[in-house]
Amino acid sequence: MNARALNLLGPALVGIIGVAFLFLTPHFAELDTVLELTIYMIMAILALSLALIWGYGGILCFGQSAFFGLGAYTYAIAMFNIGESTVPLLLAIALPAAFAALLGYFMFYGRISDVYLGVITLTVTLILFNSVNSTAGPEFHIGTARLGGFNGIPGIPPLNIPGNKAAVIDLEGMFYLATAALLAAYFGLRLLLASRFGRVIVGIRENERRAELLGYDPRAYKLATFTIGGALAGFAGCLFANWGNFVSPTIFGLAQSAQIIIWVIVGGRGTLIGPIVGCIGIQWLNTALGANQPSGGSDWWAKIFANAPLILGIILIAFVLLVPKGLVPTLGDWGQSLLRSRGRRVTTSLKPKQAEEG
Amino acid sequence: MAAPLLQTRDLSMHFGGVKAVRNVNFTLAEGELRCLIGPNGAGKSTFFKMLTGQLEPSLGQVLFRGHDISHAHAHQIARLGIGIKTQVPSVFDGLSVRENIWLSASRIHPRDRVNGVVDEMLERIGLAGAAKRLVGQLAHGQRQWVELGIVLSTDPELILLDEPAAGMTHDEVFKTAELVREINRSKALIVVEHDMQFIRMIAKQVTVFNQGSVLVEDAVENILRNPLVRDIYLGKQAAA
Repeated sequence: MNARALNLLGPALVGIIGVAFLFLTPHFAELDTVLELTIYMIMAILALSLALIWGYGGILCFGQSAFFGLGAYTYAIAMFNIGESTVPLLLAIALPAAFAALLGYFMFYGRISDVYLGVITLTVTLILFNSVNSTAGPEFHIGTARLGGFNGIPGIPPLNIPGNKAAVIDLEGMFYLATAALLAAYFGLRLLLASRFGRVIVGIRENERRAELLGYDPRAYKLATFTIGGALAGFAGCLFANWGNFVSPTIFGLAQSAQIIIWVIVGGRGTLIGPIVGCIGIQWLNTALGANQPSGGSDWWAKIFANAPLILGIILIAFVLLVPKGLVPTLGDWGQSLLRSRGRRVTTSLKPKQAEEG
Repeated sequence: MAAPLLQTRDLSMHFGGVKAVRNVNFTLAEGELRCLIGPNGAGKSTFFKMLTGQLEPSLGQVLFRGHDISHAHAHQIARLGIGIKTQVPSVFDGLSVRENIWLSASRIHPRDRVNGVVDEMLERIGLAGAAKRLVGQLAHGQRQWVELGIVLSTDPELILLDEPAAGMTHDEVFKTAELVREINRSKALIVVEHDMQFIRMIAKQVTVFNQGSVLVEDAVENILRNPLVRDIYLGKQAAA
């Protein structure tokens, strides 16, 4: 099998598995499992947004949760004021995108170096956390929506079918929507990355100075990438606000910001499927460990296994040290060297030179 | 007389108290091939960085076809038609040879023609057989060729080559000289080089930099005989 066939095999598999998953799950799974899977899908969209910005654009952003949270809050506030979900949904994409564009403009056109980019994006997230956190009083409201401080905004009305306020999307509908949205985001990003724009942003990640000396303006490309990532994260935030009908400032918290980075590190930078796998895997583990409560005995093994942050920390350290490229790229490398060694065994006896070049 | 392709007026670059380049007045005609020589630290690379917008001059001007590009961004200057091959090959190491050339060619060619242009360039730099290999895995000399291919693919009017023959084998140096002469049939070039043999192969007119200023500018045979130049720069090499 050659590289081109392999390149097509990946998305084809994702498409088939994704569509099968989309249609079969609600028929075979209990409702609470479907609900759990829905949040995995939503978070996977968030993971994809960082996969684009960091994995392909080379921009280490600690602030994806800022765009995610803004999307969620924008949807909630707009929904209480408007009542029909079409405009709130669009606003939940447009506002985080605009915020990303503004923030990105100052960072990229101000020639802020990579390290400070991480610091700034993290700081912006924490500022949002603290600001929204201190809006508990009744005086903090936008239109009819009270911001609620640390308690957040409960009872957010769900999405409806565009134009028909009465046709709200139920829990199973949310699963279909989130899964379809994830598939659309995945294939949309694949198309984007195969385009000239996508190839140039990878070039800029590889060697920004060289791209510049060829006549590409890295600032503009990075800004566009960052804005698209912000829009996607905002969209995921909108779905999240729908999923629990609730949003609170913890969405902007340090834990949430760090999680997204961990998904991408574990799954693998420079791939799209990696962060999806990393996100779903870690969330599943989180849920499984969380359910594993110690039964009061003095068995400390049980206590350790119930300590989800500890286990996740160990997993992260193990990945950074042992699998630095992440799960999917490492598996890909193994697969390729396996193919190559099989190919070599066949060709060495005849044409040693060719095997070397291949 | 036709307007010069490139002209600098009192071009200077100061780093704190250090004057890396001082009042350089340099003129290059359309289609000219000029060699720049001078000892390490003479300011040649800094001069190149100012011409390409990687450094903003402290004082003075750079004029390209009459346009003042002293304060233009690197990407704008590239789009005006100045390409540079840097001293340490600046390439996209994590991408294939083909993708490297494609990124460059697709800046100026429409989508349907890029692949054809890329194929031609791969043949021209002799790397068609290695098109799928990652540039980071190639030998130093081959990476130099990749960078040359990248620069040529944007079809610049003026090409700056910073030590193109560095680290090359004798055969490769010969091949590079041939390529430089071929490029010069249609483009202007400024070449920084230490290899005197290489300079003899390509140069007509040579500019000598010393301590940030132009020491002397003359035809290659006079430069090689100039005792001043021998003293500051050629001494050891000419004697050897």
